[in-house]
Amino acid sequence: MSGESVVLKLKTWRDLPIGGIIPEPKTSLHNKTGNWRAMKPILDNGKCIKCLLCWIHCPEPAILRGDDDSVRIDYDYCKGCGICANVCPVHAIEMKLEV
Amino acid sequence: MRGKLVGMNGDRAVAYAVKQADVDVISAYPITPQTIIVETLAEYVNNGELDAAFIPVESEHSALSAAVGASLSGARVFTATSSQGLALMYEILWIAAGLRTTIVMAIGNRALSPNINIHCSHDDAYAARDTGWLQFFAENVQEAYDLTLMAFRISEDHRVLFPSIVNLDGFILTHALEGLYVLEDSDVKAFLPKKEPVNPVDPGKPMTYGALDLFDWYMEHRRQQYASLESARPIIKEVFEEYSNLTGRKYSPVKSFNTEGAEVAVMILGSSAGTARYVARKLAEKGKKIGVISLTQYRPFPAKELREAIKDASVVAVMDRSVSFGSPGAQLFMDVSATLIRSKVRPLLFNVIYGLGGRDLTPAHIEKVVDLAESVMRRGEAPEEPVWVGVRGDEL
Repeated sequence: MSGESVVLKLKTWRDLPIGGIIPEPKTSLHNKTGNWRAMKPILDNGKCIKCLLCWIHCPEPAILRGDDDSVRIDYDYCKGCGICANVCPVHAIEMKLEV
Repeated sequence: MRGKLVGMNGDRAVAYAVKQADVDVISAYPITPQTIIVETLAEYVNNGELDAAFIPVESEHSALSAAVGASLSGARVFTATSSQGLALMYEILWIAAGLRTTIVMAIGNRALSPNINIHCSHDDAYAARDTGWLQFFAENVQEAYDLTLMAFRISEDHRVLFPSIVNLDGFILTHALEGLYVLEDSDVKAFLPKKEPVNPVDPGKPMTYGALDLFDWYMEHRRQQYASLESARPIIKEVFEEYSNLTGRKYSPVKSFNTEGAEVAVMILGSSAGTARYVARKLAEKGKKIGVISLTQYRPFPAKELREAIKDASVVAVMDRSVSFGSPGAQLFMDVSATLIRSKVRPLLFNVIYGLGGRDLTPAHIEKVVDLAESVMRRGEAPEEPVWVGVRGDEL
């Protein structure tokens, strides 16, 4: 999709609610921020010891915790800061260049 | 005239109107010459005459911030200020208008520092002119009362939803005792029904107010705000007319006196308009026809009505109670210039600066301005720079 066609799809000033309000909550759910990312964390489940340090430290939080304390990465919101890879004691997360 | 005749100064008249408007929240900080407004309202709340929350704040910045929050929650809100107090409110002025609150604020117009001066200038009103607030200028105590009531009605109209400023000249109106007609409470109640908020703050229906708005949306919001303020014009007129019918006191955005067929016109805001009309009447006895134009509605600027009022004039003296440093003219002069640049027939304009810091503007000063306007007409050339009247060192 070209940049121009995205702009054409956006609302015009005539369509906006008055006063610059956002009349519904949780609009961040529609606003995926994963495309800000330059580096992408890749998790090796084989190495993971379920210590949850990545889950605790993720500032987003883009680490999703399963019932069995296993983790996966929510790429819709992960901005690639690399903190998870840094705190992982068993080096189960590797930062790779997003392509 | 509808209502009963009472004697009040301008500040008390505003406070009385606010009481009759049955406001829910007053959030204000006292500053001369507005002090009496806040004191009187505090008294009304304290003695039970007015059932409202009075928020005593530590500064004007907080006063307006609290007013914004209260207005968004659905309350009818009033605040008042002057001079440096308005300057301290400045950043919140934009927020109040941009969030489409319906606050009504009285400004006891006062000169800005330095040096400290508590008397009348219009610097403070002009400083708020670009922020998106509606602005009205009262010429006397009666108008201060009337415009306060009308401001609530206009601001809270769902087709408007912008905050309003009612300007009254510091000391000249705020402290001058005049006779005025006040409406019965029941008349006010009928004219000004309970506020019906739009999108009020409600824990059951969460909303975001004042979100981050970068290059992707900010411009659209500004465009929308611009259009909305423009579309308030006919509604202001409508309310003026309704109030005129109710009270028998005529209100219109532009007040013109003897402009029909007058080649020379004087344009002026606030309490001095009466002095200008007095001079025009005196000169009319001598066979001179001098038009006087004053504005009741200052923002949105009533350009169309002004062009109509000015159409016969060859020369217009635009009088400002303010200085705009380094600019080609003071604020009203620039508004009028920009308005007339679009007309095919354009009078010669010149700017007069008068009355700063409460200096008296006498009929003799206005006569001198009229003389100058007549010589401008003869020469066909207007002074390049603003002309100062009543200042030592420049004898006009």
